[in-house]
Amino acid sequence: MSGRRLALGLAAVFAASGAAKDSCLECHSSLDGRLQAPAAAYANDIHRHRGFGCAACHGGDPSYDDPTIAMSPARGFRGKIARSAVPKLCAGCHSDANLMHKFNPRQRVDQYAQYLTSIHGKQIAAGDEAAANCVDCHSVHDIRNVKDPLTPVHPLRLPGTCARCHSDAARMAKYKIPTRQYDDYHGSVHWEALAKRGDLSAPSCASCHGNHGATPPQVASVAAVCGTCHVLLEDLFNKSPHQPVFASMGVAGCVVCHGNHEVRKPSAKMLAGTESVCSQCHEAASAGALAGVEMANLIGKLRQELDSSDRVLREAASAGMEVSEALLRQQEASENFVKARVAVHEFRVAAVGKPVADGLRIAAETRRAGEQALEEKDRRRIGLAISLVTIAVTMAGLWMAIRRIESPPA
Amino acid sequence: LWLEERLGLAGVREFIRHKSVPVHSATMWYYFGGITLFLFVIQVLTGILLLLYYRPTIGEAFESVQFITSRVEFGWLVRSIHSWSANLMILGAFIHMFSVVFLRAYRRPREVTWLSGVVLLGLALGFGFSGYLLPWNEVSYFATKVGTDMAASLPGIGPPLARYLRGGDDVGGATLTRFFGFHVAVLPGITTLVLLLHLALVQKHGISSPPRVEEEYRLRGQAVPQMPFFPNFFLRELMAWYAALGVLGSLAAIFPWELGVKADPFAPAPAGIRPEWYFLAPFYTLKLLPSHVWIIEGELLGLIGFALLGVFWVLLPFWAVNREGIERKRLVTGAGVALLAYLATFSALGYWK
Repeated sequence: MSGRRLALGLAAVFAASGAAKDSCLECHSSLDGRLQAPAAAYANDIHRHRGFGCAACHGGDPSYDDPTIAMSPARGFRGKIARSAVPKLCAGCHSDANLMHKFNPRQRVDQYAQYLTSIHGKQIAAGDEAAANCVDCHSVHDIRNVKDPLTPVHPLRLPGTCARCHSDAARMAKYKIPTRQYDDYHGSVHWEALAKRGDLSAPSCASCHGNHGATPPQVASVAAVCGTCHVLLEDLFNKSPHQPVFASMGVAGCVVCHGNHEVRKPSAKMLAGTESVCSQCHEAASAGALAGVEMANLIGKLRQELDSSDRVLREAASAGMEVSEALLRQQEASENFVKARVAVHEFRVAAVGKPVADGLRIAAETRRAGEQALEEKDRRRIGLAISLVTIAVTMAGLWMAIRRIESPPA
Repeated sequence: LWLEERLGLAGVREFIRHKSVPVHSATMWYYFGGITLFLFVIQVLTGILLLLYYRPTIGEAFESVQFITSRVEFGWLVRSIHSWSANLMILGAFIHMFSVVFLRAYRRPREVTWLSGVVLLGLALGFGFSGYLLPWNEVSYFATKVGTDMAASLPGIGPPLARYLRGGDDVGGATLTRFFGFHVAVLPGITTLVLLLHLALVQKHGISSPPRVEEEYRLRGQAVPQMPFFPNFFLRELMAWYAALGVLGSLAAIFPWELGVKADPFAPAPAGIRPEWYFLAPFYTLKLLPSHVWIIEGELLGLIGFALLGVFWVLLPFWAVNREGIERKRLVTGAGVALLAYLATFSALGYWK
């Protein structure tokens, strides 16, 4: 630890002097291949930008040009860091609140403690050198700020970073865990929101599994994991007749119908027909299956009426008719559609029926408003035609009067 | 006879009987002054009807216009006619102004008629600018913000002028109240006086014949043919008014003026915000100018340029004749064509780009 303290002390001195000599970078920059790569990559590293040199991690004394002195164990040189030693080395600074808060007062310092609770940390502790450590996710020698779009842990890049190991069948074979998660996630609504819509708050691997404390959620906690975002759905599911049944069967709540990594866009088709997820457990003519069909029909009917009303209102609006109030009301009907879809998670037909009935009533009102606007448009056209004919006749009369006035006397 | 005894209308009748209008190939351009006047009268009448329901506060302005267009019987038509007529009136005023330039009707002794006409055009643009904000919708709010920001960039008087126009540091409730005041009280009052002066001068000096027509007939040893103002020209003008009414009614009924969405001062300005078409040319010019030309701000330079151009244009009757009293025909026609080309091109670019 004394060597490490010396290195940190030197780094601080160099940072303070502003023109620190770093023989590591000078020498390695002039080398070739793998010996040059770390020095080249370090140009983009956040640690370098904060004034830390190679010696901060690798030890040694960069103030000497002679490698035998600069890289001597007597001056704390540690050389290449063993994989199992990496987390502890990083924690030397990143768990030190006094040090970290000099750079960022809001910086967390519990990453190492969390890591020790993760499956990765436990594997390392058990002597598995292949388990992921800090640099496997954050990269090494070109570690960037977590908000930098080029860091491997940026939300848009994180799934690919996890996939580097978790999609590698050979690497995962000894852990006996599947390797399809990344491909499945690519077909999910979460990936679509993240990558296609650019919503950086959309869930990726770490949102459900954690980052430093990465642990697979257990069957009992899946609903709680989904519920961190889908609060209302979790609440409804917990009150539903399915919750105790799924719990007794030892199956994960949300995952039974929606899957885990490949969460598709939900639709009423999930309730009935060939794509029904209810049929996984409920037989065709059973009460459960029939309830699913009934809920699907209710939601389908509301969708149909909303589309029909939308068409009429759009037609009226494009004809320049004032239907803003009806369009506002139509939003209320659409909200009832969303409520009906949410109410499905209670798995009671009556719960779905209420918002559907409200939505249908409003949709009928708005469609009538749209139809009235279109009838009004026709009346306006007729009124305009009558006015134009009257104007034309008057103009013709005026023209005749002018002709009569200006015609030479007989 | 009773009225005759009290009002003495015989003089007016005599004046009308002797009033005449020149007849030549360009007589049709004489109708546009009357059409502009007709559209102004429509503006006054529809404006009074809108006043019955309109409320000039930020909490009620948009809703009251919405109420007019959706609930009030024929309210949609009145509002649509008011909006379309405003645009057609400004178009009519521009046509009238350029016809005066190209027919050389600004010549002595009609310089003051020209000046009053240019003032009326300025007042019409003022009506347009102040009326645009009144529905308090998104487009009008941000267009007013941009417009008053431009005023603020003027050196010296800019900031106090912008503050006066807005009634504060930013466009808000005070701006709406004050624009409403300008639109329904201040501008109509001034316009009525200037319009009466303009019409009185037109009656005093009669209708001008283009010099080339006068020359043509002089060489033939004849006077320019005339038609009696009443009833011959008046009935033709009436036909033009009916035609304008037909066009106005058709536009108002087939393309009802949109209301848009209510202004939200906290929302970001929507993309593609631009003013009404008659402000597009200067707007687009200012957009094209670099942020700085030498040490002067681009926008300020543009505004100074427009001010100089405005003064140059207003003083047209005075530089159109040289010291020897010879007309600078080519200069006037060239300036007219250049201004028309500039307005048409930059307005089109401002609209499409």
